Amino acid sequence: MYAQLVKSEGAKSREEMLPEEIAFQDRIDRGEKIEPKEWMPEGYRKTLIRQIGQHAHSEIVGQLPEANWITRAPTLERKAILLAKVQDEAGHGLYLYSAAETLGVSRDEVIHLLHTGKMKYSSIFNYPTLNWADIGAVGWLVDGAAIMNQVPLQRTSYGPYSRAMIRICKEESFHQRQGYDIMMKMAAGTPEQKAMAQDALNRFWYPSLMMFGPSDKDSVHSAQSMAWKIKINTNDELRQKFVDQTVPQAKYLGLSVPDENLAWNEDKGGYDFSEPDWSEFFEVIAGNGPCNEERLGARVKAWEDGAWFREGLMAHAEKAAARAPVAAE
Amino acid sequence: MPKKPPRARPSPPNDPAGLRARPITFQLWEKLMSSEWPLWEVFIRGQHGLNHRHVGSLHAPDAEMAIRNARDVYTRRSEGVSIWVVKSNDVTASSPSDKGPLFDPSNSKVYRHPTFFDIPEEVGHM
Repeated sequence: MYAQLVKSEGAKSREEMLPEEIAFQDRIDRGEKIEPKEWMPEGYRKTLIRQIGQHAHSEIVGQLPEANWITRAPTLERKAILLAKVQDEAGHGLYLYSAAETLGVSRDEVIHLLHTGKMKYSSIFNYPTLNWADIGAVGWLVDGAAIMNQVPLQRTSYGPYSRAMIRICKEESFHQRQGYDIMMKMAAGTPEQKAMAQDALNRFWYPSLMMFGPSDKDSVHSAQSMAWKIKINTNDELRQKFVDQTVPQAKYLGLSVPDENLAWNEDKGGYDFSEPDWSEFFEVIAGNGPCNEERLGARVKAWEDGAWFREGLMAHAEKAAARAPVAAE
Repeated sequence: MPKKPPRARPSPPNDPAGLRARPITFQLWEKLMSSEWPLWEVFIRGQHGLNHRHVGSLHAPDAEMAIRNARDVYTRRSEGVSIWVVKSNDVTASSPSDKGPLFDPSNSKVYRHPTFFDIPEEVGHM
Protein backbone atom coordinates (compact mmCIF):
# COMPACT_ATOMS: atom_id res chain seq x y z
CA MET A 1 0.00 0.00 0.00
CA TYR A 2 1.33 3.47 0.66
CA ALA A 3 3.48 1.60 3.16
CA GLN A 4 4.76 -1.58 1.57
CA LEU A 5 7.15 -4.14 3.07
CA VAL A 6 7.42 -2.34 6.41
CA LYS A 7 9.81 -4.31 8.58
CA SER A 8 8.70 -5.19 12.06
CA GLU A 9 9.86 -7.55 14.80
CA GLY A 10 8.51 -11.09 14.86
CA ALA A 11 5.39 -11.52 16.97
CA LYS A 12 6.08 -12.57 20.56
CA SER A 13 4.04 -15.11 22.44
CA ARG A 14 2.59 -14.02 25.78
CA GLU A 15 5.12 -16.16 27.66
CA GLU A 16 8.01 -14.32 25.99
CA MET A 17 6.68 -10.87 26.85
CA LEU A 18 7.88 -8.69 29.71
CA PRO A 19 5.18 -7.60 32.20
CA GLU A 20 5.02 -4.10 30.68
CA GLU A 21 4.69 -5.60 27.21
CA ILE A 22 1.75 -7.70 28.39
CA ALA A 23 0.09 -4.63 29.91
CA PHE A 24 0.69 -2.74 26.65
CA GLN A 25 -0.80 -5.52 24.53
CA ASP A 26 -3.82 -5.67 26.85
CA ARG A 27 -4.43 -1.96 26.34
CA ILE A 28 -4.36 -2.44 22.57
CA ASP A 29 -6.66 -5.46 22.80
CA ARG A 30 -9.12 -3.38 24.82
CA GLY A 31 -9.15 -0.86 21.95
CA GLU A 32 -7.36 1.89 23.88
CA LYS A 33 -5.33 4.42 21.91
CA ILE A 34 -1.62 4.72 22.62
CA GLU A 35 -0.50 8.35 22.98
CA PRO A 36 2.94 9.87 22.30
CA LYS A 37 4.52 10.07 25.76
CA GLU A 38 3.18 6.77 27.06
CA TRP A 39 5.34 3.69 27.43
CA MET A 40 5.59 1.58 24.28
CA PRO A 41 7.84 -1.27 23.16
CA GLU A 42 10.80 -0.06 21.10
CA GLY A 43 9.69 -2.30 18.22
CA TYR A 44 6.26 -0.66 18.17
CA ARG A 45 7.86 2.79 18.01
CA LYS A 46 10.33 1.84 15.28
CA THR A 47 7.78 0.04 13.12
CA LEU A 48 5.44 3.01 13.36
CA ILE A 49 8.18 5.46 12.36
CA ARG A 50 8.96 3.31 9.32
CA GLN A 51 5.33 2.91 8.36
CA ILE A 52 4.12 6.48 8.98
CA GLY A 53 7.31 7.87 7.41
CA GLN A 54 6.86 5.75 4.31
CA HIS A 55 3.23 6.76 4.14
CA ALA A 56 4.16 10.47 4.42
CA HIS A 57 6.86 10.15 1.77
CA SER A 58 4.33 8.49 -0.56
CA GLU A 59 1.95 11.44 -0.19
CA ILE A 60 4.73 13.90 -0.97
CA VAL A 61 6.35 12.01 -3.86
CA GLY A 62 2.84 11.18 -5.08
CA GLN A 63 2.37 14.84 -5.96
CA LEU A 64 4.97 14.60 -8.73
CA PRO A 65 3.25 12.39 -11.33
CA GLU A 66 0.10 14.52 -11.07
CA ALA A 67 1.78 17.90 -10.83
CA ASN A 68 3.23 17.01 -14.21
CA TRP A 69 -0.22 17.65 -15.72
CA ILE A 70 -1.31 20.79 -13.88
CA THR A 71 -0.08 23.08 -16.63
CA ARG A 72 -1.49 20.79 -19.30
CA ALA A 73 -4.97 20.17 -17.91
CA PRO A 74 -7.57 20.37 -20.71
CA THR A 75 -9.71 23.11 -19.09
CA LEU A 76 -9.29 25.79 -16.45
CA GLU A 77 -11.75 23.94 -14.21
CA ARG A 78 -9.80 20.67 -14.48
CA LYS A 79 -6.64 22.60 -13.71
CA ALA A 80 -8.12 24.17 -10.57
CA ILE A 81 -9.39 20.77 -9.43
CA LEU A 82 -6.05 19.07 -10.01
CA LEU A 83 -4.25 21.87 -8.16
CA ALA A 84 -6.55 21.40 -5.18
CA LYS A 85 -5.98 17.66 -5.27
CA VAL A 86 -2.20 17.97 -5.38
CA GLN A 87 -2.35 20.53 -2.57
CA ASP A 88 -4.33 18.01 -0.51
CA GLU A 89 -1.55 15.46 -1.02
CA ALA A 90 0.95 17.93 0.41
CA GLY A 91 -1.38 18.40 3.38
CA HIS A 92 -1.65 14.64 3.88
CA GLY A 93 2.13 14.32 3.87
CA LEU A 94 2.36 17.07 6.50
CA TYR A 95 -0.25 15.49 8.80
CA LEU A 96 1.68 12.23 8.64
CA TYR A 97 5.12 13.76 9.18
CA SER A 98 3.71 15.43 12.30
CA ALA A 99 2.39 12.08 13.51
CA ALA A 100 5.82 10.50 12.94
CA GLU A 101 7.50 13.33 14.85
CA THR A 102 5.50 12.53 17.99
CA LEU A 103 7.51 9.30 18.10
CA GLY A 104 10.76 11.18 18.69
CA VAL A 105 12.17 11.55 15.20
CA SER A 106 12.72 14.97 13.62
CA ARG A 107 11.17 16.12 10.35
CA ASP A 108 14.55 16.79 8.79
CA GLU A 109 15.73 13.36 9.84
CA VAL A 110 12.95 11.45 8.05
CA ILE A 111 13.33 13.64 4.98
CA HIS A 112 17.06 12.98 4.99
CA LEU A 113 16.36 9.23 5.17
CA LEU A 114 14.11 9.52 2.12
CA HIS A 115 16.66 11.54 0.18
CA THR A 116 19.44 9.08 0.90
CA GLY A 117 17.27 6.14 -0.14
CA LYS A 118 17.08 4.66 3.35
CA MET A 119 13.33 5.10 3.53
CA LYS A 120 10.96 4.17 0.72
CA TYR A 121 7.76 5.48 -0.77
CA SER A 122 5.05 3.54 -2.58
CA SER A 123 6.17 1.72 -5.74
CA ILE A 124 3.22 3.16 -7.69
CA PHE A 125 4.76 6.63 -7.97
CA ASN A 126 7.66 5.30 -9.98
CA TYR A 127 5.41 4.87 -13.01
CA PRO A 128 5.05 7.74 -15.47
CA THR A 129 1.86 9.68 -16.24
CA LEU A 130 2.04 9.86 -20.01
CA ASN A 131 -1.20 11.62 -20.86
CA TRP A 132 -4.34 13.15 -19.40
CA ALA A 133 -6.16 9.81 -19.15
CA ASP A 134 -3.42 8.72 -16.75
CA ILE A 135 -4.50 11.46 -14.34
CA GLY A 136 -7.97 9.93 -14.39
CA ALA A 137 -6.57 6.45 -13.83
CA VAL A 138 -4.36 7.64 -10.95
CA GLY A 139 -7.29 9.25 -9.14
CA TRP A 140 -9.61 6.34 -9.75
CA LEU A 141 -7.23 3.41 -9.16
CA VAL A 142 -4.34 4.72 -7.07
CA ASP A 143 -6.44 6.84 -4.74
CA GLY A 144 -9.05 4.07 -4.73
CA ALA A 145 -6.44 1.59 -3.54
CA ALA A 146 -5.16 4.09 -0.99
CA ILE A 147 -8.65 4.55 0.46
CA MET A 148 -8.99 0.77 0.78
CA ASN A 149 -5.98 0.77 3.09
CA GLN A 150 -6.60 4.03 4.89
CA VAL A 151 -10.20 3.55 5.97
CA PRO A 152 -9.36 0.66 8.35
CA LEU A 153 -6.23 2.49 9.53
CA GLN A 154 -8.47 5.13 11.11
CA ARG A 155 -8.83 2.49 13.85
CA THR A 156 -5.09 1.99 14.29
CA SER A 157 -3.83 1.87 17.88
CA TYR A 158 -1.53 4.88 17.75
CA GLY A 159 -3.56 8.04 18.50
CA PRO A 160 -1.74 10.60 16.31
CA TYR A 161 -1.66 8.18 13.34
CA SER A 162 -5.34 7.40 13.73
CA ARG A 163 -6.25 11.09 13.87
CA ALA A 164 -4.16 11.84 10.76
CA MET A 165 -5.91 8.99 8.93
CA ILE A 166 -9.34 10.34 9.89
CA ARG A 167 -8.48 13.74 8.41
CA ILE A 168 -7.02 12.16 5.30
CA CYS A 169 -9.98 9.86 4.68
CA LYS A 170 -12.36 12.82 4.84
CA GLU A 171 -10.51 14.39 1.94
CA GLU A 172 -9.59 11.31 -0.05
CA SER A 173 -12.92 10.44 -1.62
CA PHE A 174 -12.83 13.74 -3.54
CA HIS A 175 -9.61 12.46 -5.10
CA GLN A 176 -11.05 9.19 -6.28
CA ARG A 177 -14.22 10.76 -7.59
CA GLN A 178 -12.37 13.43 -9.57
CA GLY A 179 -10.32 10.63 -11.17
CA TYR A 180 -13.40 8.60 -12.05
CA ASP A 181 -15.03 11.74 -13.42
CA ILE A 182 -12.09 12.19 -15.82
CA MET A 183 -12.38 8.52 -16.84
CA MET A 184 -16.13 8.88 -17.48
CA LYS A 185 -15.51 11.88 -19.73
CA MET A 186 -12.77 10.09 -21.65
CA ALA A 187 -14.66 6.81 -21.96
CA ALA A 188 -17.71 8.61 -23.31
CA GLY A 189 -15.63 10.73 -25.70
CA THR A 190 -14.26 10.07 -29.17
CA PRO A 191 -12.95 6.57 -30.00
CA GLU A 192 -9.43 7.98 -29.57
CA GLN A 193 -10.24 9.30 -26.11
CA LYS A 194 -11.82 6.01 -25.10
CA ALA A 195 -8.73 4.19 -26.35
CA MET A 196 -6.59 6.48 -24.18
CA ALA A 197 -8.71 5.63 -21.15
CA GLN A 198 -8.38 1.91 -21.89
CA ASP A 199 -4.63 2.26 -22.34
CA ALA A 200 -4.33 4.09 -19.00
CA LEU A 201 -6.29 1.30 -17.28
CA ASN A 202 -4.07 -1.29 -18.94
CA ARG A 203 -0.91 0.35 -17.64
CA PHE A 204 -2.11 1.20 -14.12
CA TRP A 205 -4.04 -1.98 -13.28
CA TYR A 206 -1.18 -4.23 -12.17
CA PRO A 207 0.90 -1.48 -10.54
CA SER A 208 -2.25 -0.63 -8.53
CA LEU A 209 -2.59 -4.25 -7.39
CA MET A 210 1.07 -4.12 -6.34
CA MET A 211 0.31 -1.20 -4.03
CA PHE A 212 -1.02 -3.65 -1.45
CA GLY A 213 2.33 -5.45 -1.32
CA PRO A 214 3.02 -9.16 -1.81
CA SER A 215 0.92 -11.79 -0.09
CA ASP A 216 1.65 -11.65 3.62
CA LYS A 217 -0.07 -14.78 4.82
CA ASP A 218 3.19 -16.25 6.06
CA SER A 219 4.86 -13.01 7.13
CA VAL A 220 5.93 -12.67 10.76
CA HIS A 221 6.18 -8.91 10.33
CA SER A 222 2.51 -8.72 9.48
CA ALA A 223 1.53 -10.88 12.45
CA GLN A 224 3.24 -8.51 14.90
CA SER A 225 1.89 -5.39 13.19
CA MET A 226 -1.60 -6.84 13.26
CA ALA A 227 -1.29 -7.73 16.96
CA TRP A 228 -0.28 -4.11 17.58
CA LYS A 229 -3.12 -2.84 15.34
CA ILE A 230 -0.66 -0.95 13.18
CA LYS A 231 -1.95 -3.06 10.33
CA ILE A 232 -5.62 -3.96 10.32
CA ASN A 233 -6.11 -6.21 7.26
CA THR A 234 -3.79 -8.51 5.35
CA ASN A 235 -2.49 -7.38 1.97
CA ASP A 236 -4.52 -10.11 0.24
CA GLU A 237 -7.78 -9.11 1.92
CA LEU A 238 -7.36 -5.51 0.81
CA ARG A 239 -6.34 -6.47 -2.74
CA GLN A 240 -9.43 -8.69 -3.05
CA LYS A 241 -11.67 -5.88 -1.80
CA PHE A 242 -10.10 -3.49 -4.27
CA VAL A 243 -10.64 -5.81 -7.24
CA ASP A 244 -14.24 -6.53 -6.21
CA GLN A 245 -14.96 -2.83 -5.96
CA THR A 246 -13.15 -1.76 -9.12
CA VAL A 247 -14.27 -4.33 -11.70
CA PRO A 248 -17.91 -3.12 -11.79
CA GLN A 249 -16.65 0.47 -12.04
CA ALA A 250 -14.57 -0.46 -15.09
CA LYS A 251 -17.60 -2.18 -16.55
CA TYR A 252 -19.68 0.97 -16.14
CA LEU A 253 -17.04 2.86 -18.10
CA GLY A 254 -17.18 0.24 -20.86
CA LEU A 255 -13.51 -0.53 -20.31
CA SER A 256 -12.03 -3.97 -19.85
CA VAL A 257 -9.70 -4.98 -17.04
CA PRO A 258 -6.50 -6.34 -18.65
CA ASP A 259 -6.73 -9.80 -17.08
CA GLU A 260 -7.84 -12.92 -19.00
CA ASN A 261 -8.28 -14.83 -15.77
CA LEU A 262 -10.68 -12.37 -14.23
CA ALA A 263 -13.85 -14.26 -13.33
CA TRP A 264 -16.56 -14.04 -10.70
CA ASN A 265 -16.21 -16.78 -8.12
CA GLU A 266 -19.59 -17.49 -6.58
CA ASP A 267 -18.12 -19.57 -3.72
CA LYS A 268 -15.94 -16.84 -2.29
CA GLY A 269 -18.26 -14.05 -3.35
CA GLY A 270 -15.45 -12.22 -5.09
CA TYR A 271 -13.43 -12.16 -8.28
CA ASP A 272 -10.58 -14.51 -9.16
CA PHE A 273 -7.79 -12.53 -10.75
CA SER A 274 -4.15 -12.77 -11.84
CA GLU A 275 -1.36 -11.76 -9.52
CA PRO A 276 0.83 -8.92 -10.71
CA ASP A 277 4.41 -9.66 -11.74
CA TRP A 278 6.13 -9.60 -8.35
CA SER A 279 9.61 -9.55 -9.84
CA GLU A 280 8.71 -6.19 -11.40
CA PHE A 281 7.51 -4.99 -7.98
CA PHE A 282 10.80 -5.91 -6.31
CA GLU A 283 12.75 -4.23 -9.10
CA VAL A 284 10.76 -1.01 -8.66
CA ILE A 285 11.18 -1.12 -4.86
CA ALA A 286 14.91 -1.68 -5.35
CA GLY A 287 15.09 1.58 -7.31
CA ASN A 288 14.89 0.27 -10.86
CA GLY A 289 11.40 1.38 -11.87
CA PRO A 290 10.76 3.65 -14.85
CA CYS A 291 10.86 6.90 -12.81
CA ASN A 292 12.68 6.20 -9.53
CA GLU A 293 15.62 8.44 -10.30
CA GLU A 294 13.48 11.26 -11.63
CA ARG A 295 11.15 11.23 -8.59
CA LEU A 296 13.83 11.16 -5.93
CA GLY A 297 15.93 13.62 -7.93
CA ALA A 298 13.01 16.07 -7.98
CA ARG A 299 12.59 15.78 -4.21
CA VAL A 300 16.27 16.30 -3.47
CA LYS A 301 16.44 19.24 -5.87
CA ALA A 302 13.40 20.89 -4.28
CA TRP A 303 14.95 20.44 -0.82
CA GLU A 304 18.31 21.82 -1.86
CA ASP A 305 16.95 24.68 -3.95
CA GLY A 306 14.74 25.68 -1.03
CA ALA A 307 17.54 25.70 1.55
CA TRP A 308 18.40 29.40 1.12
CA PHE A 309 14.72 30.24 1.55
CA ARG A 310 14.27 28.17 4.72
CA GLU A 311 17.47 29.62 6.17
CA GLY A 312 16.42 33.16 5.20
CA LEU A 313 13.05 32.93 6.91
CA MET A 314 14.66 31.45 10.02
CA ALA A 315 17.28 34.22 10.10
CA HIS A 316 14.53 36.81 9.72
CA ALA A 317 12.54 35.23 12.57
CA GLU A 318 15.59 35.14 14.83
CA LYS A 319 16.46 38.77 14.06
CA ALA A 320 12.89 39.92 14.69
CA ALA A 321 12.81 38.02 17.98
CA ALA A 322 16.11 39.61 19.07
CA ARG A 323 14.93 43.12 18.15
CA ALA A 324 11.65 42.90 20.03
CA PRO A 325 12.10 40.31 22.75
CA VAL A 326 8.93 41.35 24.60
CA ALA A 327 6.67 41.36 21.57
CA ALA A 328 8.07 38.04 20.47
CA GLU A 329 7.11 36.36 23.71
CA MET B 1 21.24 12.11 12.85
CA PRO B 2 22.67 11.96 9.33
CA LYS B 3 26.39 11.39 9.02
CA LYS B 4 27.01 12.41 5.46
CA PRO B 5 26.75 15.91 4.02
CA PRO B 6 24.62 16.08 0.88
CA ARG B 7 26.02 17.14 -2.45
CA ALA B 8 26.59 20.85 -3.00
CA ARG B 9 23.39 22.63 -3.81
CA PRO B 10 22.98 24.89 -6.84
CA SER B 11 23.13 28.66 -6.58
CA PRO B 12 20.01 30.44 -5.40
CA PRO B 13 17.96 32.05 -8.18
CA ASN B 14 18.92 35.59 -7.15
CA ASP B 15 22.57 34.68 -7.44
CA PRO B 16 22.90 33.41 -11.02
CA ALA B 17 26.67 33.69 -11.06
CA GLY B 18 26.88 31.49 -8.03
CA LEU B 19 29.05 34.00 -6.17
CA ARG B 20 27.46 33.19 -2.86
CA ALA B 21 27.13 29.49 -3.51
CA ARG B 22 29.23 27.42 -1.18
CA PRO B 23 29.79 23.71 -0.86
CA ILE B 24 28.05 22.21 2.13
CA THR B 25 30.50 21.05 4.74
CA PHE B 26 29.51 18.61 7.45
CA GLN B 27 29.62 21.48 9.99
CA LEU B 28 27.27 23.57 7.91
CA TRP B 29 24.98 20.60 7.38
CA GLU B 30 24.83 20.04 11.13
CA LYS B 31 24.02 23.70 11.61
CA LEU B 32 21.23 23.47 9.04
CA MET B 33 19.87 20.40 10.71
CA SER B 34 19.83 22.10 14.07
CA SER B 35 18.11 25.14 12.58
CA GLU B 36 15.02 23.15 11.65
CA TRP B 37 11.97 25.41 11.86
CA PRO B 38 10.30 25.10 15.26
CA LEU B 39 7.16 23.04 15.71
CA TRP B 40 3.83 24.78 16.41
CA GLU B 41 0.57 23.33 17.70
CA VAL B 42 -2.47 24.52 15.77
CA PHE B 43 -5.92 25.22 17.21
CA ILE B 44 -8.94 26.05 15.04
CA ARG B 45 -12.33 27.41 15.97
CA GLY B 46 -15.07 26.26 13.64
CA GLN B 47 -18.07 28.28 12.53
CA HIS B 48 -20.56 27.14 15.14
CA GLY B 49 -19.33 28.89 18.24
CA LEU B 50 -17.34 25.98 19.64
CA ASN B 51 -13.98 26.26 21.40
CA HIS B 52 -10.74 26.35 19.54
CA ARG B 53 -9.77 22.74 19.09
CA HIS B 54 -6.35 21.18 18.60
CA VAL B 55 -6.11 19.95 15.01
CA GLY B 56 -2.43 19.12 14.58
CA SER B 57 0.97 20.69 14.27
CA LEU B 58 3.33 22.15 11.70
CA HIS B 59 6.77 23.70 11.30
CA ALA B 60 7.20 27.41 10.69
CA PRO B 61 9.94 29.97 11.33
CA ASP B 62 7.69 32.35 13.29
CA ALA B 63 4.15 32.87 14.52
CA GLU B 64 3.03 34.81 11.47
CA MET B 65 4.17 32.10 9.08
CA ALA B 66 2.70 29.45 11.37
CA ILE B 67 -0.73 31.06 10.99
CA ARG B 68 -0.36 31.35 7.22
CA ASN B 69 0.73 27.74 6.92
CA ALA B 70 -2.02 26.58 9.28
CA ARG B 71 -4.54 28.26 6.97
CA ASP B 72 -3.28 26.16 4.07
CA VAL B 73 -2.71 22.91 5.92
CA TYR B 74 -5.75 22.80 8.21
CA THR B 75 -8.54 24.96 6.72
CA ARG B 76 -8.69 24.05 3.02
CA ARG B 77 -12.38 23.24 3.33
CA SER B 78 -13.68 26.10 5.48
CA GLU B 79 -13.00 24.23 8.70
CA GLY B 80 -12.40 27.38 10.69
CA VAL B 81 -12.93 31.06 11.31
CA SER B 82 -10.08 31.55 13.79
CA ILE B 83 -6.61 30.07 14.27
CA TRP B 84 -4.36 29.93 17.33
CA VAL B 85 -0.76 28.74 17.11
CA VAL B 86 1.45 27.93 20.09
CA LYS B 87 5.05 26.80 20.02
CA SER B 88 5.04 23.12 20.94
CA ASN B 89 7.89 23.73 23.37
CA ASP B 90 5.68 26.12 25.32
CA VAL B 91 3.02 23.52 25.99
CA THR B 92 3.21 21.95 29.43
CA ALA B 93 1.50 18.57 29.53
CA SER B 94 0.51 16.31 32.39
CA SER B 95 2.61 13.21 32.56
CA PRO B 96 1.05 9.89 31.50
CA SER B 97 2.31 8.32 34.74
CA ASP B 98 0.23 10.84 36.72
CA LYS B 99 -2.97 9.67 35.07
CA GLY B 100 -4.03 7.71 38.16
CA PRO B 101 -3.40 10.32 40.89
CA LEU B 102 -4.82 13.11 38.70
CA PHE B 103 -8.00 11.58 37.41
CA ASP B 104 -8.95 8.65 39.63
CA PRO B 105 -10.32 10.80 42.51
CA SER B 106 -13.28 11.92 40.41
CA ASN B 107 -14.37 8.31 39.87
CA SER B 108 -15.77 8.08 43.39
CA LYS B 109 -17.79 11.28 43.13
CA VAL B 110 -20.73 9.94 41.19
CA TYR B 111 -23.04 12.50 42.86
CA ARG B 112 -21.55 15.08 40.50
CA HIS B 113 -23.67 13.58 37.74
CA PRO B 114 -27.36 14.52 37.60
CA THR B 115 -28.37 10.89 37.09
CA PHE B 116 -27.22 10.15 40.67
CA PHE B 117 -30.44 11.68 41.98
CA ASP B 118 -33.80 9.95 41.58
CA ILE B 119 -36.51 12.53 40.97
CA PRO B 120 -40.06 11.15 40.93
CA GLU B 121 -41.77 11.20 37.61
CA GLU B 122 -44.67 13.40 38.75
CA VAL B 123 -42.23 16.25 39.44
CA GLY B 124 -41.75 16.53 35.69
CA HIS B 125 -38.65 17.42 33.72
CA MET B 126 -35.74 18.73 35.79
